[in-house]
Amino acid sequence: MKKKRGADIVVDVLIHEGVDTIFGLPGGAIMEVYDALFDAPFRNVLTRHEQAACHMADGYARATGKVGVVIATSGPGATNLVTGLATAYMDSIPLVAITGQVPRHYIGTDAFQEADVIGITRPITKHNFLVTDIKDLPLILRQAFYIARTGRPGPVLVDIPKDITQQVAEYKIPTDEEVKESLPGYNPHIEGNPIQIKKAAELIRKATRPVLYVGGGAILSDAAEEIYKLAHLTQIPVTTTNMGKGAFPETDPLALHMLGMHGTYYANMAVYHSDLLIAVGARFDDRVTGKISEFAPEAKIIHIDIDPASISKTITVDVPIVGDVKNVLQKLIKELEKNPIEWIAARESWLKQIQEWKEKHPLNYRKSDKIIKPQYVIEEIYNITNGDAIISAGVGQHQMWAAMFYKYSYPRQFLNSGGLGTMGFGFPAAVGAKIGRPDKTVFAIEGDGSFIMNVQDLATAVQYRVPVKIAIINNGFLGMVRQWQQFFYDSRYASVCLSVQPDFVKLAESFGAVGLRATKPSEVREVLAKAMEINDRPVLMDFVVDREENVLPMVPAGKSYREMILTPKQKGEAETMYLVG
Amino acid sequence: MSEIKVLKERPQPEKKIGRHIITVKVQHNFGVLARITGLFAGRGYNIESLTVGRTHEPNIARITIVVDGDERVIEQIIKQLRKLIETLRVRDITEIPHIERELALIKIHTENDRTRDEIMRLVSIFRAKVVDVSTDTYTVEITGDEDKIEAFISLIKPFGIREMARTGTLAMVRESAASKMSLGERFD
Repeated sequence: MKKKRGADIVVDVLIHEGVDTIFGLPGGAIMEVYDALFDAPFRNVLTRHEQAACHMADGYARATGKVGVVIATSGPGATNLVTGLATAYMDSIPLVAITGQVPRHYIGTDAFQEADVIGITRPITKHNFLVTDIKDLPLILRQAFYIARTGRPGPVLVDIPKDITQQVAEYKIPTDEEVKESLPGYNPHIEGNPIQIKKAAELIRKATRPVLYVGGGAILSDAAEEIYKLAHLTQIPVTTTNMGKGAFPETDPLALHMLGMHGTYYANMAVYHSDLLIAVGARFDDRVTGKISEFAPEAKIIHIDIDPASISKTITVDVPIVGDVKNVLQKLIKELEKNPIEWIAARESWLKQIQEWKEKHPLNYRKSDKIIKPQYVIEEIYNITNGDAIISAGVGQHQMWAAMFYKYSYPRQFLNSGGLGTMGFGFPAAVGAKIGRPDKTVFAIEGDGSFIMNVQDLATAVQYRVPVKIAIINNGFLGMVRQWQQFFYDSRYASVCLSVQPDFVKLAESFGAVGLRATKPSEVREVLAKAMEINDRPVLMDFVVDREENVLPMVPAGKSYREMILTPKQKGEAETMYLVG
Repeated sequence: MSEIKVLKERPQPEKKIGRHIITVKVQHNFGVLARITGLFAGRGYNIESLTVGRTHEPNIARITIVVDGDERVIEQIIKQLRKLIETLRVRDITEIPHIERELALIKIHTENDRTRDEIMRLVSIFRAKVVDVSTDTYTVEITGDEDKIEAFISLIKPFGIREMARTGTLAMVRESAASKMSLGERFD
């Protein structure tokens, strides 16, 4: 048995878990841990705000598939993590957050920098722990990593009182077996029920208008290969959610791209008219379904998900399969291969119909040679990166354009806050992603409103020489809110005009980053080309775009797919609302 | 087939609203009750009653929850409870033969001898017990299922209830019924 400080035990467990990078910011209650980290053999990234640290750990986890680690002090340090934890929780991202707490004898006395962090973070973490005895510390930390990365992944927080980090005790790191045995109530279901899998195969054989609806679970489960195999074997078209982007190559002829509120016409039409919907690691979010009673009215639904609570939550399904997506799909493919039918002939008329829809309303926008269209910027980023960059988006219009106009081809390529919709996520997540994947070009596509919410961490990116490319789609508005105001509030632009802005180029330069600007379409490529040449520090590109461009198509919130708004409004012309189906 | 006709609406399953009794076995860790009540509050489920107490097993507590809702809500509640790391077993025992008990302490105003006699009669009919007496009150202890306690309260109300405390429902599956089931069902 070794004898060490609590703080050193923390570092030892992090080493044992294979951690290579942590993100955080020190303070009083976590100082002992930072003292131990001073000698730790892994990268310790000092951020300028705990929220950014949490998003960086999140971006790192999304891009690499490993558990992200974030460290903060008690009180305000921990409360600053709240948005980041909720973001990771909604998107099932594996994180371990370690927070300092006031010494045990001060807990409950409203001590300096004391907050009930366990109480605050309970509903936004998969689980959380308050360490009350140093004997439990190594086991709790290992449990945290185990819970974070297994089953439906998620953030786990460990709150450690300062006196425990200072206390010296004998300890040993528990084995994997001991960790599992210590959690008798936690047994994620991996294997799908074989009877259900047979039923699913039967429905797939009988279906005439099937659609695969793939969500973030397919990426978390590392099932892109299986999705590809299933789609091509059975000739089923694939639509992905915002979170599922990259689980199926968007350049594939079977790709329908995104569905839902800002889904493509053809994806939404296909889902609306389908007779079988195979939901894979997706959760029928309201942004996907619109009006639930009119969502895919005739489709039988197969739902594969590792979380039983996701099944039949908002919509009743016909064949629920609880299990790990990859595992279940492998078995389903085997089952289908046992008894193949003439798949190509069976799908011919359905795929022809889909092709008609694709030709009728492809993703489109009105081009201009006078003013920069935001969609054009995204297309040019796609071109200059050969479609191979990792894209991390903030939240708002730019996020949707980044989702629509960049074609994703591999998992973990598109990072964004899909569930919580956290503005300010894109840039710090890009920094975390670039640190985790230095081999990839990483773009943060940000809005001017979203970017400014975590602008302080430009300093972090410069300090650690993280060469992320930040593309600001600058329209001087909180654009998505403005769009809703235009559509649904009679163009009353209440509190959306960002009339005072920093000069983003000078701002970048003041941090020691490179700043570039494009105000005309002809400058876009040039700016991007310059940015691609800079590889020793962050570069910020300020794209001054058409201020009132809208994200279309759009299914208004709570409406059915039949009420999709398709075409952009022309001057003096009313918005066209297509009633389809 | 450019003209695919589909239904306008998804056929909706019928909603059956009812009272459900859910029993939950949990690791009796720090904050586990807050986790469960927080789950109900955060997701907007209405608890009619919730009781918690230790069991014969060390560090294991048992919680009985009575909740009203349609089947989908109840199914969600059960799934969400199972999702908690510290829950060991969750069962909806509504449809299984079971025993339900609740205890209530009721302080009743006693006007005069006539009301005292009348209250004593009711106490005896309901097999309740007077556990404290003062010059103008009786404090009665009564156990039984919810219906029995409600019936007693409605009869005693006209005399004037000064104070009341109820434990909420405790429930347990009847072994006589459970033994008829397959082993698989008993140990799910």
